[in-house]
Amino acid sequence: MNTPVRRIAIAVMAMVLLLMANLTYIQVVKAGDYRTDQRNQRVLLAEYSRQRGQISAQGQVLARSVETDGQYPFQREYPDGPAFASITGYYSLIYSAGGLERAANDVLNGSDDRLFTRRLSDLITGRDPSGGNVVTTIDPAVQQAAYDALSENGYTGSVVALQPSTGAILAMASTPSYDPNPLAAQGARTQQDAWAEYTDADPPVLTNRAIQEIYPPGSTFKLIDVAAALESGRYTPESQFTAASSITLADTATPLQNFNGNACGTGRTASLRDALQRSCNTAFAELAEQLGEQALRDQAEAFGIGTEDIAIPMGVVPSTIGDIESTAALQQTSIGQRDVALTPMQNAMVVAAIANGGRLMAPYLISEIQGQDLETLDTTEPDQIGQSVSPGVARTLTELMVNNENSYQGEGKIRGVQIAAKTGTAEHGVDPKSTPPHVWYVAFAPAENPQVAVAVLVESGGDRNNLAATGGAVAAPIGRAVIGAALRGSQ
Amino acid sequence: MVAQGEAREQAGPPTGRTIELVLLAFAAVLVTGALILVEANQEQTLTIDLLLIGAAYLALLVGAHLAVRRLAPYADPLILPAVALLNGLGLVMIYRLDLAKADRAVALGNDLPTLLWPRQVAWTGVGLLLFVAVLWVVRDHRKLAAYAYTAGFTGLILLALPGVLPSSISEVNGAKIWLRLGIFSIQPGEFAKILLIIFFAAFLVQKRDLFSTAGRRFLGMELPRARDLAPLLVAWAFSVGVLVLERDLGTSLLFFGIVLVLLYTATERVSWMLIGLSFFAAGGFVAYQLFGHVRTRVQIWIDPFADFDGAGFQIGQALFGLGTGGLGGTGLGAGRPELVPFAESDFMLSSLGEELGLIGLAAIMVIYLVLITRGLRSALAVRDSFGKLLATGLAFTLALQVFIVAGGASKLIPLTGLTLPFLSYGGSSLVANYALVALLLRISNAARAPLPRRPAVPLPPIAEAGTELVERPS
Repeated sequence: MNTPVRRIAIAVMAMVLLLMANLTYIQVVKAGDYRTDQRNQRVLLAEYSRQRGQISAQGQVLARSVETDGQYPFQREYPDGPAFASITGYYSLIYSAGGLERAANDVLNGSDDRLFTRRLSDLITGRDPSGGNVVTTIDPAVQQAAYDALSENGYTGSVVALQPSTGAILAMASTPSYDPNPLAAQGARTQQDAWAEYTDADPPVLTNRAIQEIYPPGSTFKLIDVAAALESGRYTPESQFTAASSITLADTATPLQNFNGNACGTGRTASLRDALQRSCNTAFAELAEQLGEQALRDQAEAFGIGTEDIAIPMGVVPSTIGDIESTAALQQTSIGQRDVALTPMQNAMVVAAIANGGRLMAPYLISEIQGQDLETLDTTEPDQIGQSVSPGVARTLTELMVNNENSYQGEGKIRGVQIAAKTGTAEHGVDPKSTPPHVWYVAFAPAENPQVAVAVLVESGGDRNNLAATGGAVAAPIGRAVIGAALRGSQ
Repeated sequence: MVAQGEAREQAGPPTGRTIELVLLAFAAVLVTGALILVEANQEQTLTIDLLLIGAAYLALLVGAHLAVRRLAPYADPLILPAVALLNGLGLVMIYRLDLAKADRAVALGNDLPTLLWPRQVAWTGVGLLLFVAVLWVVRDHRKLAAYAYTAGFTGLILLALPGVLPSSISEVNGAKIWLRLGIFSIQPGEFAKILLIIFFAAFLVQKRDLFSTAGRRFLGMELPRARDLAPLLVAWAFSVGVLVLERDLGTSLLFFGIVLVLLYTATERVSWMLIGLSFFAAGGFVAYQLFGHVRTRVQIWIDPFADFDGAGFQIGQALFGLGTGGLGGTGLGAGRPELVPFAESDFMLSSLGEELGLIGLAAIMVIYLVLITRGLRSALAVRDSFGKLLATGLAFTLALQVFIVAGGASKLIPLTGLTLPFLSYGGSSLVANYALVALLLRISNAARAPLPRRPAVPLPPIAEAGTELVERPS
């Protein structure tokens, strides 16, 4: 019976060899895939045990990891949580990460290639590996002003402030906001409770409205109409359009009215300048019909609308002007309604480009990457991504926007500072006539040498929970406050 | 008897007992080292207690060693140290997982989980007691053949018991393989395994000629006669019964595999193997068609990540653990093996693989290989057919069980629930395997002991021998 026993011994060895071959495949060949798989929490757990880099803005710390005696050696802290949550995002063991914590994770956890030599020296010197720091373009005073202006009134909305010459994001607020601190807590229960509260919140708090939501731009879109008209060379600010209080949309029986059913001034016709200042819908419907769909679409694209891959580094949801199936649709599109929908970031890019002589700059949030010892490893260079309008048209647009601002009522005007602006009041919802409109204010200042461009959006009329809410009354004071904060900082 | 043995030990061939003692001490040192690593990585403090624990483990092993020295002095010297090392590493890993679970419970604010390591230590004690008891009671393995039918009958009852008892007594986590006896539970199947091997070995030795009788020739093989297939059919039916009633793929597979290998060893006929495998294939196909839990196992084997948040979670996590461990492992106590459900029992392999890496797993596989091949070696060396069959069966059981569990946890074969012998948490498995090893040592003792010299019958001097006259019959 010894022959079978010997054969069994050989079979047993073959079985063990088979096991080892399979384990070699798993632990050597496939190891990298398994180690870096999104669903493998081990990587996150390891990161949690290592000092993560800090996020800062002009020397003010927005997020940092401090040593603790807790279960994990480090605790993530957000000193001014809610006001800056739309920048930092959150970093949670259970719920992964959001905002910059997610988008700049490679830098913060130290795995970015730019930190390679540093990692190598950590390895040799035996220093605890730690992440790199992210310095943002945010001006904390502007961010705080934007957040306070929105949240003091209990508004649901967003403010974006850009530096027109570079595209640097000076402020990016979204309200209502949330405190990222409990999500970074070491206790799972705290994280779970906070997460449940934040995800159930209505209106949502985890959404960054500046880049993740699109809204009908209403009359602020008329800047794009005017830009297209001036670029065509066939129109000047003095070109005349109908002043009728109401027209019928092309090939339909649907009426299109001006705001409150007013006529556009006292004459039979109104100039483009007056039409923009009074925001006359009928005049722009006529202009759009004359310009045609292609001209309007080209101009919108030149301002960046429809661009899919804007990353600041967080991804910005693409804005759209819709399909525009008919002339009637084109007429509605021209007043920023129908299927037109923009992120506050996109609307800020439009005014920033006008302020910057037509040069469209890529918006960016990270100004510098630093090593653990605050040594600069990489600096973001401003990037021009297009020429939206010619410098001459930009100048004319600026002049028209100055004319707008000087005709606007409302609080918060800053003495000695000339602002160029446009307001918007956009209908939305299934029953637009009885839903308070979204209100907008887009502006830049000083008009003669623009330092800051802002877009303010307040959802559903803010606290004036009625149909009479307008961009001028609700959004403009916020925009002016933000501009004031920005100019104080730069003086 | 005992005195005789000791007397012979001094004069006779080397017993290997000293080697065994040195290797046991080495195993205790390795286990203590592993414990120190776990403490250093988990608690960041080291206490002198660790050395005391190591010393206590060594004392336990020396106790077993003394029993072997007394009861089976010629037993194979490598088997017990291999077992001691596996058992010790298992204890360290179970302790390490306890620490992780306690941490997790504190973090979540939950109640502290029941600690498993004190139980496993207690079971180790029980296992060693049974080990000594088996060596004490079974002085000659051949005597076991006399109780073959009793063993077989008891084995069948133990195997079938959980399947027929109400689920409230026998079901834990979906498998009906338990007997819940108040404060503790046992898996009678683990003990049935050994009893059935004893029965089959004795039965096959008795009826060996019968099974070797040639039937028809087919493709150059001699097929057994149809009526001789009966025992195989019975074993097959029992395996299917276990599968259906107890929802236990592992035990079913193990049981059938052992019967097949014993049949092959006894008859030296490859045809038995092929017939058995075709039975197995048929059974597997029917089971796949009929039972949802078998289909699920096959699906998560093919792609565990297709349903990662559901059925594939466990094996998916195990693969992540093994992959994260890589070649060298994260180091004992520095990984996250607790993320895999049942990391201390069915998925011991991934726990060890994550922290010890491929290198560590290779070392563990080599220890298993040493244990199994020493068992098979005893089968080759022992002189009686029953001993050969018994040792082959016992050693192969360990091999097949390691293959089924390790293969299942590493996605080589579909996952079935079994424990890694000596490493995994589980009292029944540990205690039963200690009994198994005691039997292997007993057989190896018989194989290595010098042949008892016949007491020389003094021949009468030639002068005193009576002279006989032989007359030629006329």
